[in-house]
Amino acid sequence: MIEIKNLQANVNTDEGPIEILKGISLSIQPGEVHAIMGPNGSGKSTLSYVLAGREDYGVTGGSVSMNGEDLLALEPEERAAAGLFLAFQYPVEIPGVNMSTFLKTSINSIRKQRGEDELDALSLLKLMKTKCKELGISDDMMKRAVNVGFSGGEKKRNEVLQMALLEPKFCVLDETDSGLDIDALKIVADGVNALRDPKRSFLIITHYQRLLDYIKPDVVHVLAGGKIVKTGGPELAQELEKQGYAEIIEAVA
Amino acid sequence: MAATEETIAKVKDMAGKYEAGFVTDIESDKAPKGLSEDIVRFISAKKKEPEWMLERRLKAFAHWQRMKEPKWAKLEFPEIDYQDAYYYSAPKSAGDGPKSLDDVDPKLLETYTKLGIPLREQEILAGVTNRTPVAVDAVFDSVSVATTFKDELKRHGVIFCSISEAVREHPELVKKYMSSVVPYSDNKHACLNNAVFTDGSFVYIPPGVRCPMELSTYFRINELNTGQFERTLIIADKGSYVSYLEGCTAPMRDERQLHAAVVELIALDDAEIKYSTVQNWYPGDIDTGAGGIYNFVTKRGLCEGRNSKISWTQVETGSAITWKYPSCILKGDNSSGEFYSVAITNGRQQADTGTKMIHLGKNTRSRIISKGISAGRSDNTYRGMVKIMPGADGARNFTACDSLLIGDQCGAHTVPYIESRNRTAKLEHEATTSKISEDQLFYCLQRGIGEEEAIALIVNGFAREVMQHLPMEFAVEAQKLVGISLEGSVG
Repeated sequence: MIEIKNLQANVNTDEGPIEILKGISLSIQPGEVHAIMGPNGSGKSTLSYVLAGREDYGVTGGSVSMNGEDLLALEPEERAAAGLFLAFQYPVEIPGVNMSTFLKTSINSIRKQRGEDELDALSLLKLMKTKCKELGISDDMMKRAVNVGFSGGEKKRNEVLQMALLEPKFCVLDETDSGLDIDALKIVADGVNALRDPKRSFLIITHYQRLLDYIKPDVVHVLAGGKIVKTGGPELAQELEKQGYAEIIEAVA
Repeated sequence: MAATEETIAKVKDMAGKYEAGFVTDIESDKAPKGLSEDIVRFISAKKKEPEWMLERRLKAFAHWQRMKEPKWAKLEFPEIDYQDAYYYSAPKSAGDGPKSLDDVDPKLLETYTKLGIPLREQEILAGVTNRTPVAVDAVFDSVSVATTFKDELKRHGVIFCSISEAVREHPELVKKYMSSVVPYSDNKHACLNNAVFTDGSFVYIPPGVRCPMELSTYFRINELNTGQFERTLIIADKGSYVSYLEGCTAPMRDERQLHAAVVELIALDDAEIKYSTVQNWYPGDIDTGAGGIYNFVTKRGLCEGRNSKISWTQVETGSAITWKYPSCILKGDNSSGEFYSVAITNGRQQADTGTKMIHLGKNTRSRIISKGISAGRSDNTYRGMVKIMPGADGARNFTACDSLLIGDQCGAHTVPYIESRNRTAKLEHEATTSKISEDQLFYCLQRGIGEEEAIALIVNGFAREVMQHLPMEFAVEAQKLVGISLEGSVG
């Protein structure tokens, strides 16, 4: 189970720290998909960075635990090994490093941290091929430099591929729908749905309801001003789409 | 920012990670300290050289005393006291130079084993290790202690031996080609080398022969306060091909040590020489800059014949000071020169390195790819010259210089000189400077890759275009070395 309790966090800027998250609490059971929706500037991306442990994002209060383990006490790479996966809103380009090298390094770093044997080149290759096939990704992608020259759709599919390979316990998707046309969105959503598992929790961060037509959430939270202002079932997303954020936020204020 | 502070701390940790920093405890036979005509005579006598070689040395020494040190590089270091060093040191057990492997002092064999250099032919031949055979000339301080696969190479007519042996055994080739590409008076460091050079490798590939294996020389400085004056001469006769690799290491010492090398390559008609270097001299203390090697190297290749080709690939990770410009003189029509370089500086290291491409022949082509990576408080300069002479109709050059900065206290500089005296020549120059971004680093961390490994991954990606020109056998080692040189730096 993922338990976030009264999480407060700052972002360090050149002008000093700015308080963004002002006490967020939610718990996600294994197998559940939660969505966080909110207007721009509500703290959605900050939440994903704080969970993943990015530099310059300082936790000032509260706690986050994953299956009882204190996530905030871990380094970012240790959180990944513990089973946290962040699908990036803007996947980063790494020139000169091809996908197969990157994935090999990632998978084996995680296995090493978990005290498992590293996989040899052949097993890795097989694993990548299988996953690519399952997700309908051409294995040509393995020879290309990480995200360099990838289309928007390819970048997001690459995130899903990595998610499939690393088999996380807790997946955070940060605005995965941004920059995707409807066909690409469907493909990505299918990939995510295929990874839904009774042992795995999802937190889907999105601005629009559109993605939630394809990935059905169990619980929807509305984030505004660094706080969760409303929680409900999937119908809340529909409501938001109809009424807009302003009305709902005002109603609870 | 926190990231930068952590970087600095981690880069500092790395100082203890110079893995080749051990000393071999071995008795050596040394020349008296200092530099004089007597020392020059001493070295020549030790090498049992013919009179003509001694005369050449003495002429160079006389000239050297009147020469001024080149000061144009972006390097700062105190005046070198040439009298405060030893110019000859040989392990006592080495005797008169390389002999059969069975006779080599086990301590020396152990040294090379520790450095990961295979000197045992039998094991390689018997398939005990799965490396492809590579012939090695191992130079320890001032002497070559072993050369492997000599007999195998001889069957193909290839001569691969120490330069000292070549002076005695193949005087006609040495007389003809030594100093034909780098004149003894070329610059002060090269001139000193002409006077006191001790050992290095000699390679001759006969016409039409494709050298059946990689050739390599490993230079090891072991003795305290001893300079190493390496001399290498490679001749590829008509239509031949050779790939040669040079590796260098030295113990960690508080005192500065001098390495002034001269390397000359000659490629005749249709011949090709591929010369790769993995330079890992001790870079000095990471905080104070104490110790380390002064690496003053003159490397030059002559594409003498038509359609000849010389390709330099270098991975420079060590040395306190690097002053090095492997160059090509493109004399033969249709000849081509290449320079692929990765230079990494960290701590207090200073590197001023690059190349010169001199186009003389028609339709000559040159290609320069330089990747400079600076971290810590280091300074990294690319200095290159492309010169097109009037007769070089249709000459082409392409240059790309990329710099990567890690942290905010290092420097990267690009100094290209371009001189074209022929209207038909085409020259292109590209240059970029970038930093490892926090986004890249965070992306790797989130995928479970630790900071040190992430930086090695990103930097190797940056340097990939150059690394892929290294012979396969060494590419993996070089990649690891990149990681070790930079562990834990963030932009």
